[in-house]
Amino acid sequence: MDFWKWVFFGFLCAALVLRIGAVELGRNQPTERISGSAGDVLEDNPVGRLKVFVYELPSKYNKKILQKDPRCLNHMFAAEIFMHRFLLSSPVRTLNPKEADWFYTPVYTTCDLTPNGLPLPFKSPRMMRSAIQLISSNWPYWNRTEGADHFFLTPHDFGACFHYQEEKAIERGILTLLKRATLVQTFGQRNHVCLKDGSITIPPYAPPQKIYAHLIPENTPRSIFVYFRGLFYDVGNDPEGGYYARGARAAVWENFKDNPLFDISTDHPTTYYEDMQRAVFCLCPLGWAPWSPRLVEAVVFGCIPIIIADDIVLPFADAIPWEEIGVFVDEEDVPKLDTILTSIPPEVILRKQRLLANPTMKQAMLFPQPAQPGDAFHQVLNGLARKLPHDRSIYLKPGEKLLNWTAGPVGDLKPW
Amino acid sequence: MKLSALQQSYLNRRSNSFRGSAQLDSAADGSVKSPAAVFWLVLHGVCCLISLVLGFRFSRLVFFFIFSTSATNLYTAPFRGAAEIASHLDVRSTPVTGAADSVPGNMTAVVASSTSRVVVGRHGIRIRPWPHPDPVEVMKAHQILERVQREQRALFGVKNPRTVIAVTPTYARTFQKLHLTGVMHSLMLVPYDLVWIVVEAGGVTNETASIIAKSGLRTIHVGFRQTMPNSWEGRHKLESRMRLHALGIVREQKLDGVVMFADDSNMHSMELFDEIQNVKWIGAVSVGILLHSTDSSATIQREGEEESTPMPVQGPACNATNKLVGWHTFNSLRYAGRSAVYIDDRAPVLPRKLEWSGFVLNSRLVWKDVDDKPEWVKDLDELDGAGEEVESPLSLLKTTSMVEPLGNCGRQVLLWWLRVEARSDSKFPAQWIIDPPLDITVPSKRTPWPDAPPELPSNEKMSDGAQTQDQQINKHSTKTKTPRTRRSRTKRRHDTKVIGVQASTLSVSEQQN
Repeated sequence: MDFWKWVFFGFLCAALVLRIGAVELGRNQPTERISGSAGDVLEDNPVGRLKVFVYELPSKYNKKILQKDPRCLNHMFAAEIFMHRFLLSSPVRTLNPKEADWFYTPVYTTCDLTPNGLPLPFKSPRMMRSAIQLISSNWPYWNRTEGADHFFLTPHDFGACFHYQEEKAIERGILTLLKRATLVQTFGQRNHVCLKDGSITIPPYAPPQKIYAHLIPENTPRSIFVYFRGLFYDVGNDPEGGYYARGARAAVWENFKDNPLFDISTDHPTTYYEDMQRAVFCLCPLGWAPWSPRLVEAVVFGCIPIIIADDIVLPFADAIPWEEIGVFVDEEDVPKLDTILTSIPPEVILRKQRLLANPTMKQAMLFPQPAQPGDAFHQVLNGLARKLPHDRSIYLKPGEKLLNWTAGPVGDLKPW
Repeated sequence: MKLSALQQSYLNRRSNSFRGSAQLDSAADGSVKSPAAVFWLVLHGVCCLISLVLGFRFSRLVFFFIFSTSATNLYTAPFRGAAEIASHLDVRSTPVTGAADSVPGNMTAVVASSTSRVVVGRHGIRIRPWPHPDPVEVMKAHQILERVQREQRALFGVKNPRTVIAVTPTYARTFQKLHLTGVMHSLMLVPYDLVWIVVEAGGVTNETASIIAKSGLRTIHVGFRQTMPNSWEGRHKLESRMRLHALGIVREQKLDGVVMFADDSNMHSMELFDEIQNVKWIGAVSVGILLHSTDSSATIQREGEEESTPMPVQGPACNATNKLVGWHTFNSLRYAGRSAVYIDDRAPVLPRKLEWSGFVLNSRLVWKDVDDKPEWVKDLDELDGAGEEVESPLSLLKTTSMVEPLGNCGRQVLLWWLRVEARSDSKFPAQWIIDPPLDITVPSKRTPWPDAPPELPSNEKMSDGAQTQDQQINKHSTKTKTPRTRRSRTKRRHDTKVIGVQASTLSVSEQQN
């Protein structure tokens, strides 16, 4: 009896500590709860709803790669590394694969960086393939379902298509071996080859410490109407314009460069985060890929995101009602952007700001270390938990094979 | 789809430019040149030559002529290869002048799926016919911003803002307009209700009245019987008494709010007015002390004493738990004996130990017969009769421990103290209006035009007093000979500049200084 008393007491202490640890971003502002099933879903606790088994891969798939280039911890694809670390110490992890609902393979495919820091995807298919060969030969769980109860993190530009150029990515398609697995990726566009049904879209990684270091007092009046910093023309790769961002960013520049309401330029100011907190709207147009860390930054800083990317699928779209929070503008309506924005009624704008001020909203977009309740790690687990229980049909009969291991470009088949 | 060598090298270039690696994972076919490719090559070369001759990007014009700014079209596959070739050759052949995209019709399309309306490839850049801001929309946007900021103020700003009662002792002198205008502008920017009590030494004058009338604020302008003495000592004493007089007015009229002392030569930040809303009974803020020292010996002294240079700040001092433990005052020992005694001395003017302007009071402290006044406050009447000088509002308290430190416990300096006055013999026109025109003029030396010889003071000059208004402004260059002849014929109005110190007609309106 005494033992259980101590357990209970310990649990209370732990609960207290966790509460204090949670960073409160929306300090005094009355926030609006996203009512209904969508909003509550953000606050779900995945612990107890699923069990994840983490494969022990040799360190050449993860640790050694990271050692070779520690810059992988800071770029926008760092979610794959932090997810691994989170799962290793999470209560949803189980060491007994027989009782696991989901299987996670920690392979860092986006960590082969150029001197500039951009990841090269050319070896990633081979790396992934080699990892899958390993787990299918050492454990029986892959062959049991051919990966249908496995999930992988593929945060690169076009997800598991493993290429930075859209045409090439579409041509390659999703890696054949991953066709049955659940993919957790940043890329999302409806009716696109590289977005599989049932994938979980996550936000790109934005370093939380840097964000918290640049908060300004909440009573600073928002005096910038529309804010954007970034490229409009990618002069190195698309000097004519028209390819980059499907011409949308160039259209923004050409139409609004002399408009005093639009604070847009290609500068890299040191006060970028502070300026976002002084703006009412933040433009989040597509680039070479439709997603960008700007969305995360805008949500955390309370700036209403204006999403200009046709058919984009935003992070945790089943849990976050993006239509009510952001403004969606079709790429063909970009020339009318100022009319669209000024005709939004002020009550709607205030409501969106209240929704954005909700701390659960901001927390869901970030990957803090150590993990906190309601953050993006937990939302991924929530998403995985919502897909349970697995359908009986994913279990294959012994000897049945659905995936073609030799499909794909010849270069992919070379061992890694 | 087979890749031609050129297409592959296009990808190579792309990956080179921003990835820095030349690895490709797809097999390359041998180079196959179809007749179509050769045709496009030739066409591209021709267009390159044309742009070289014309000197601008010929392709862009053609592109925009042929294609409107509407959505993309779908093209079939063969065009795709050509586009890659063209774009590739673009960059390789004329990187400097800007390559001509010789194939204007090349909008590639790879349709991802039949239901997607998003196509990959080159799109037109949509520009509306008149891409400039519409003033009506700009106004609407400003209204939106206004609404958002109002909401922010309601959420994060001060709830239940109290009236600010600003007390300013002043007197008419040359620098009054400068100082008072500064204070006035600061007070006009305060977003809360404001009452401005201006106490003027020597009685109410039009000078002061004209300055404060422009503020649009609610002002109470009273005169004080005594005139301002010529020494700083005397001035400080008189100002204290004037401030007490103003507190008497607050008491009489039962003005409710926060009393702050806005000396007319101080500079206030806007955050000060937000911060003083937090005061409960009596608060103290940090004041920056700006000493205007023209004495060069002072700098030499300063270098020798660098290790003991104090912060020029007066205000509350707190311990680690943000409780008031003492006061920072200004260390005036370094200026001992060298400070200004008379108002126009060219020496640093020292502040008192604790300036009035560093304190804010709840106006209820000076009210009569208020029940919830704390017991550590003396009644205002007790101070009036006191023979000693009241140096700071702390004299109103029986104990100084109840003073609340404001501005993050005194860490924020919210206002600055400065004393600058003119020489005692300086004169200035009444209300700074030159009316009638000044008759004293002094010849300017070293004008860029040759000086005309001084005219003889003639009687006509006197009678033309009214018409010489534009004479000082008129600066014609004069030659020695022609003016005389001209003068005899033309009106005297075109007489050139007035020279000579006609000091006899000294009629500047003298103001007391």
